Amino acid sequence: MSVDGGTPLVEVDSLKKYFPIRKGLLSREVARVHAVDDVTFSVREGETLGLVGESGCGKSTLGRTIVRLLDPTSGDVKFRGRSIAKLGRRGLRPLRREMQIVFQDPYASLNPRKRVGSIIAAPLQIHGVGDRDERKKQVRALLATVGLSPEHYNRFPHEFSGGQRQRIGVARALALRPKLIVADEPVSALDVSIQSQMLNLLDDLQEEFQLTYIFIAHDLGVVRHVSDRIAVMYLGKLVELSPAEELYERPIMPYTEALLSAVPIPDPDLSDQRERIVLQGDVPSPINPPSGCRFHPRCRYMTDICVQVEPPLVDYGNGHLAACHHPLNVDKETLDRARVSERHTPAAADEHAKPEDPSGASQPVPTPDIQRSSVVRRIVDYSKRPEEQT
Amino acid sequence: MIQQGGGALGIGEIPIGPTWQTNYFIGADAQGRDVMARVLYGGRASLEIGIGSALICCGIALVLALLAGFFRGPIDALLSRLMDLIWAFPVYLLAISLATVLLTKPNGLQWGFVHVDPSSLWVPTAIIALVYVPYVFRPVRGQVLSVREKEYVEAAIAQGASNGRLMFGEILPNVITTVIVMLPLMIATTVLTESALSFLSIGVQPPKASWGTIIDDGQSLLYTRPWVAIAPGIMIVLTVLSLNVLGDGVRDALDPRAKLRMRG
Amino acid sequence: MAVFIVRRSIGLIAVLFAITVLTFLIFFATPGVDPTRALAGRNPTPETVAAIKHQFGLDRSLPVQYLLMMKRLFISRDLVSYGNQALKVVPAITSAAPVTFSLVLGAAVIWVVFAILTGVLAVILKGTIFDPLLMILALIGISMPVFWLGEVANLVTQDRLHNTFLFHWVPPLGYTPLTSNPWQWFLHLVIPWITLSVLYIGFYARVLRANLLDVENEDYVRTARAKGLSERRVLLKHMLRTSLITFVSLFGLDFGVLVGGGALLTEVVFGLPGVGKLTYDSLVKLDLPVIMATVIYGAFFITIANALVDIVYARLDPRIRPA
Ligand SMILES: Nc1ncnc2c1ncn2[C@@H]1O[C@H](COP(=O)(O)OP(=O)(O)O)[C@@H](O)[C@H]1O
Ligand SMILES: [Mg+2]
Repeated sequence: MSVDGGTPLVEVDSLKKYFPIRKGLLSREVARVHAVDDVTFSVREGETLGLVGESGCGKSTLGRTIVRLLDPTSGDVKFRGRSIAKLGRRGLRPLRREMQIVFQDPYASLNPRKRVGSIIAAPLQIHGVGDRDERKKQVRALLATVGLSPEHYNRFPHEFSGGQRQRIGVARALALRPKLIVADEPVSALDVSIQSQMLNLLDDLQEEFQLTYIFIAHDLGVVRHVSDRIAVMYLGKLVELSPAEELYERPIMPYTEALLSAVPIPDPDLSDQRERIVLQGDVPSPINPPSGCRFHPRCRYMTDICVQVEPPLVDYGNGHLAACHHPLNVDKETLDRARVSERHTPAAADEHAKPEDPSGASQPVPTPDIQRSSVVRRIVDYSKRPEEQT
Repeated sequence: MIQQGGGALGIGEIPIGPTWQTNYFIGADAQGRDVMARVLYGGRASLEIGIGSALICCGIALVLALLAGFFRGPIDALLSRLMDLIWAFPVYLLAISLATVLLTKPNGLQWGFVHVDPSSLWVPTAIIALVYVPYVFRPVRGQVLSVREKEYVEAAIAQGASNGRLMFGEILPNVITTVIVMLPLMIATTVLTESALSFLSIGVQPPKASWGTIIDDGQSLLYTRPWVAIAPGIMIVLTVLSLNVLGDGVRDALDPRAKLRMRG
Repeated sequence: MAVFIVRRSIGLIAVLFAITVLTFLIFFATPGVDPTRALAGRNPTPETVAAIKHQFGLDRSLPVQYLLMMKRLFISRDLVSYGNQALKVVPAITSAAPVTFSLVLGAAVIWVVFAILTGVLAVILKGTIFDPLLMILALIGISMPVFWLGEVANLVTQDRLHNTFLFHWVPPLGYTPLTSNPWQWFLHLVIPWITLSVLYIGFYARVLRANLLDVENEDYVRTARAKGLSERRVLLKHMLRTSLITFVSLFGLDFGVLVGGGALLTEVVFGLPGVGKLTYDSLVKLDLPVIMATVIYGAFFITIANALVDIVYARLDPRIRPA
């Protein structure tokens, strides 16, 4: 499973999205929110890419920029090999049929003054699909597809529960039979009890309609079962990208490790055994992100180099990339084979800062033994997770 | 309806007092016209202007607010500054300025094909509609700005909806309630404004009459035939009172939290 | 804060400038309008019209006309009325302003006192028949045209009941300056004050009542109740104080509007020679320079008052200061 294995449907290339902050007499731009800062990856047709990170790290901004609800500050987005970053409203119109978005908040994303029928029919109407009756038929079929009753056609959104509303949102996104759906935390606002129903629905739909998903979540628990690959973001940067199972078994970036330790484990014994890594401090401000590795103020493996040099994304083989000076769960052999991934590495990152060779010094990264051993213990932990034992 | 029963009254004849007959129910004015009939007819003009100007005002304000709140940027800045400017004038003074200027031209205004007769009811209607536009524009624009940020609008953009569809299909249904809530109170306000302008003889022009012009006529007859001035005033109070009660009801029904402030 | 004041002041100057331009355009550039119609007499010869136009600079281009007009209004202050060239516009306004101010100030005192009384009383009597009764009265107050109320007041106090003990003290319509006879000043203004304040009593009482009822459900009021403070103390000390913030900001606005020309109808009905009456008298004669000047005066007054209120508010409450 390598990145080049299929035709990329979406290619994101050095994408940046900054939000200006204006102040003062003349509304001068005094600062910028670095919401998405030089991110590169691609999504193959038919796969599900999980996009994970703490809230505020720029996941939604990235998703919205990909479907061009936002204009990128720089960089490029390609859809089926064609650049769409600079397309205007008109140029985007035909593309709207191919990429859709499902929003996080099922209450804010449905117009409270419109009936369900006209909400779902809107995309068909906009793109002139069928006549009135034809659309009505399609909408009823869509309602059935997402597990709602066709009788719900004339109801208003407020008559539905959160889960049902999210299904309406999914039906709307499906109406034009898109190729790509960006699902922005589609289950975060739902009760835990109905989250899995929703995930199953999305899974079924993917098969039925051959969908490609970019599935956004703020923890690693939700995306585990739906994702083929997972991208981890921290403060606007892509810090780790890996096939899903591999990420859970062998996280390389300490941030991923911390995220993983927060995933609840059903077995109480195991969850007692496991060390829960609590990240210290708050997420730093994306207006003025930390120097070097953005994660360094909260990282327990932090050394001087982390403050000074931004780590490049290093390809550890098997499609597993991570940006870290002190990679975890990596043996000597892998480290030797690893090479800086030119394609994914942000321009700002220091190209020579491969983990074994920090800041050009010949010394290998001094990683204390104790930490090494704790890493090993964690590997054991993950491999013993109940799901895998059966 | 105007029955000048008993023939026209000459100067110096005994004024016809209130009677219990169908004619001259509350007496006649200086020219012997049946005050009751005039009040009823005047009411038509008052209500036409009041309702017409309130509707026009709300319509204009709604469209401008949608444009300003939707496009933001320079369009919003321009429209908002313009509204601030109109807002800076006391309503009556602005209306007076416009009305006076229009009245300096006795033969009416001629702009291209458009001819406006100064005695047309459209003159006060347009003036009153214009001066209240900022009062509706401001709250509606604020609402458009906030609705525009809602995810369902983004969803529509993601589907490729046109600007027109976004404004009128997605945003408008969510701000129209505000306007509906304001409408009865706006009519109450415009009816009062019309009467004031007509009282100052710059609203409805003779031979047409409205409640305001009749009160104006009644001013000189105040001590001899008070009903000429009193009757149309009572009609105004009753009309405006019912509109205010209606407005309160509509507000409570549609929008329990809104605290709208409508007044000139 | 400094940035806020500078920005607000720049905005203020821009608005003031725009006000003069807009007013000037309304009066002198509306297509088809002839500002000289009133000043040239009934059937003017073309020569008279031309001469007068030249005298007032009306034969110049619009921007020059505007500058001339503003110079005569603000710098040399010798703008004269078209109808009566002895009437200098600026002194006319300065001498009329105290009358308007007397009228509005007295009315404001009455409306504040009675609105608070009515509003608080309605809240205290909530649940009884008197609350809706008071509110209906307030609504009637709002629904009455002020000029009509003034005429009815005149009818009663000047004529029908003038010779009874009730109203024999009411002097004939008109005005006596405070400086020449304070007692007569007071007597002349009592009825106009009451008339003008009725609308505002009704409006403010309703606003205050609604506000008090809103505040009533807030936590700190409940806490105060739970602490066992007497009902009256809760009402006065806690609820009223909070509600008065809205009250005061509305008051600033309305006061500004009234002094700026909103009291015109009251002045006309009671024959008070204030700025509004000045406007009305020139209106009858279609005397454009005077109307233009009074309109600019009113808009200036309101705009400057608003800016001051904004700045004072921003000082008191940093939250509303825009970033
Ligand atoms: N329209 C915007 N204007 C300014 N800042 C924004 C805007 N949208 C998002 N941000 C900022 O960008 C950062 C990333 O936001 P977001 O993409 O919503 O994060 P996530 O979806 O990961 O929670 C946050 O700091 C947020 O405050
Ligand atoms: Mg988000």
